[in-house]
Amino acid sequence: MMKKFWQIPLCLLLALGLALTAGCDMFGDQDDEAEGDDVVYVYSWGDYLAPEVMEQFEEETGIHVVLDEFDTNESMYPRIKEEAEAYDVLCPSDYMIQKLIENDLLQPLDYSQLPNTQEYIGKDYLQQAEAFDPGNRYAIPYCWGLVGIMYNTKLVKEPVDSWAILWDPKYKNEILMQDSARDAFMIPLRLLGYSMNTTDPQQLAEARDMLIRQKPLVQAYGVDDIRDKLSSGEAALGVIFSGEAINLLKSNPDLRYCMAPKEGTNAWIDGWVIPKNARHVENAHKFIDFLSRPDIAAMNFDSLGYSTPNTGVQELVEEDMDDDEIAIAFPEPEVYRGQETYQYLGEVADKLYTKLWLQVKTE
Amino acid sequence: MHKDWSIRRLFGVPFVLWGVLFVVLPLFFVLHAGLTDEVGTFTLAVLGEAVQWEYLKALGLSVLLALVSTLACLVLGYPLCLILREYRQKNGMIIFLLFLLPLWMNSLLTTMAWQTILERNGVLNLFLGALGLPTLQLVNTPAAIVIGMVYNFLPYMVLPLFVSVSKVDKSVIEAARDLGASHWQTLRYVMLPLTRAGIISGCTMVFIPALTTFVISALLGGNKVLLIGNIIEQEFTAAYDWQLGSALSMVLMIFIILNMLLEFFTSEDNERKEARV
Repeated sequence: MMKKFWQIPLCLLLALGLALTAGCDMFGDQDDEAEGDDVVYVYSWGDYLAPEVMEQFEEETGIHVVLDEFDTNESMYPRIKEEAEAYDVLCPSDYMIQKLIENDLLQPLDYSQLPNTQEYIGKDYLQQAEAFDPGNRYAIPYCWGLVGIMYNTKLVKEPVDSWAILWDPKYKNEILMQDSARDAFMIPLRLLGYSMNTTDPQQLAEARDMLIRQKPLVQAYGVDDIRDKLSSGEAALGVIFSGEAINLLKSNPDLRYCMAPKEGTNAWIDGWVIPKNARHVENAHKFIDFLSRPDIAAMNFDSLGYSTPNTGVQELVEEDMDDDEIAIAFPEPEVYRGQETYQYLGEVADKLYTKLWLQVKTE
Repeated sequence: MHKDWSIRRLFGVPFVLWGVLFVVLPLFFVLHAGLTDEVGTFTLAVLGEAVQWEYLKALGLSVLLALVSTLACLVLGYPLCLILREYRQKNGMIIFLLFLLPLWMNSLLTTMAWQTILERNGVLNLFLGALGLPTLQLVNTPAAIVIGMVYNFLPYMVLPLFVSVSKVDKSVIEAARDLGASHWQTLRYVMLPLTRAGIISGCTMVFIPALTTFVISALLGGNKVLLIGNIIEQEFTAAYDWQLGSALSMVLMIFIILNMLLEFFTSEDNERKEARV
């Protein structure tokens, strides 16, 4: 009995001590690094900045880039919300930018510090971004794209221009769908003629029933693996983001891409924003404006493959590309104008989407 | 004597520390997250959310697939151990090590390899096609998940089972045979009762990881077959609802505890019997 009495408090004490010292170390580190003003803390998607771009930024400005990466918007959000770390510049997606704005976590941009941005970021894209950032006060578009259907002409003989083909029983076990609630619901919602930002339970229930009807035809729900399966001919049809389409088309000559099915599709935009608690606001502006320079945006485009809202890039890169690739990377305005961008729907609607998606997946 | 005791106690400190830091504290965090709301007040609402129909369906499917896999591992593993017992002196150890091979490789890699084997244009179907046989649609079905589980978890069955089977004295089997028991009767009335502890601990060691896996079901089920492990993973990574994820883990823990209680009581039973003999 005596044994236990002294062991437990001792251990708890030790555990507490460990936790405290670990905590102190963390704070200590950040303070050390932040002491100089020649630094900018960047929090972005994984592999979303060409390494040579960051090197060149450091060379030209003398500002050191400290880069942290996230793999989902949802994992990024709590770190900003809890102000666990003071980042100077972030690159979330459309609906997440809106959520950050609504929760008062961002600061307005100072356009006088962004000359390249003013000159080169296309008006169309800024207008599209107003869906989640009215007045373009907080975000500068960085990458964008559409969601379309990639299909294998050996297995699909008809022309593809509609989402309806994903419900055709002919293609049982040939269909690959995106494995996320919003991307999955977007398709039946558009087919039914509803907005992809709807929060109406009745409309969402209809969309859910369509997805349940489609499930026996679906080979798999995936994210990155959709690319491999289409490339190797495992499936005939797959829902794919336009930014991944160019490389995929190169990998298999039988593939074709329908970038914007006629019922309408999602136009996503990722943009740079500055959080409210940023400590190097001037450097953050310098960083954003550097990325808006056409030669730098072209370097990023070559490395990432996503479409850029920068109007100066096409003439720099198009000589290395064929017509199909140009049509995907720099689509005509009529292709993207009027397409919907995801908006933040609030916590209640988010939970409803998650729940309905779960009903589809457990069916 | 007294001094000796306090030194001995010191040796235990790292293990108690380990237990507190990596077992008790995490468990406490899970319980805390599962039983509180966003602001930290106690509530059973999240737990109530966790027992809704969709989750229970996924849990039911997980239990079913885990049971099928466990049974398959037992049916495959038991005869293997009987054979290895006979060959223990010769090449038995090499064969035994070969059966532990899946443990040498990263389970993610072996599961991805199974994906390539079971795919529509995969190795198995190429082979069947070359023989002129009809191809199989295995990948993205519950059957593929069971295959993946059996492959990955068979070593956990074979290990305790082999220890238990090889402990049975050869003379006991000889005695049974001398007294006129057939092969089947020897297996049924001598071997199986004597190796019960091994069977139960083997089954537990397969059942628990099979029940909680999310990698195997994601890769071989094409995210079409949703197990409880996948839902918990989704709650933590995509939906970012740690409360619900924790509450779901708690529901899952009930099944694991039941399983371990079963093992505890049956093996104790066994030991008592052995002691009486």
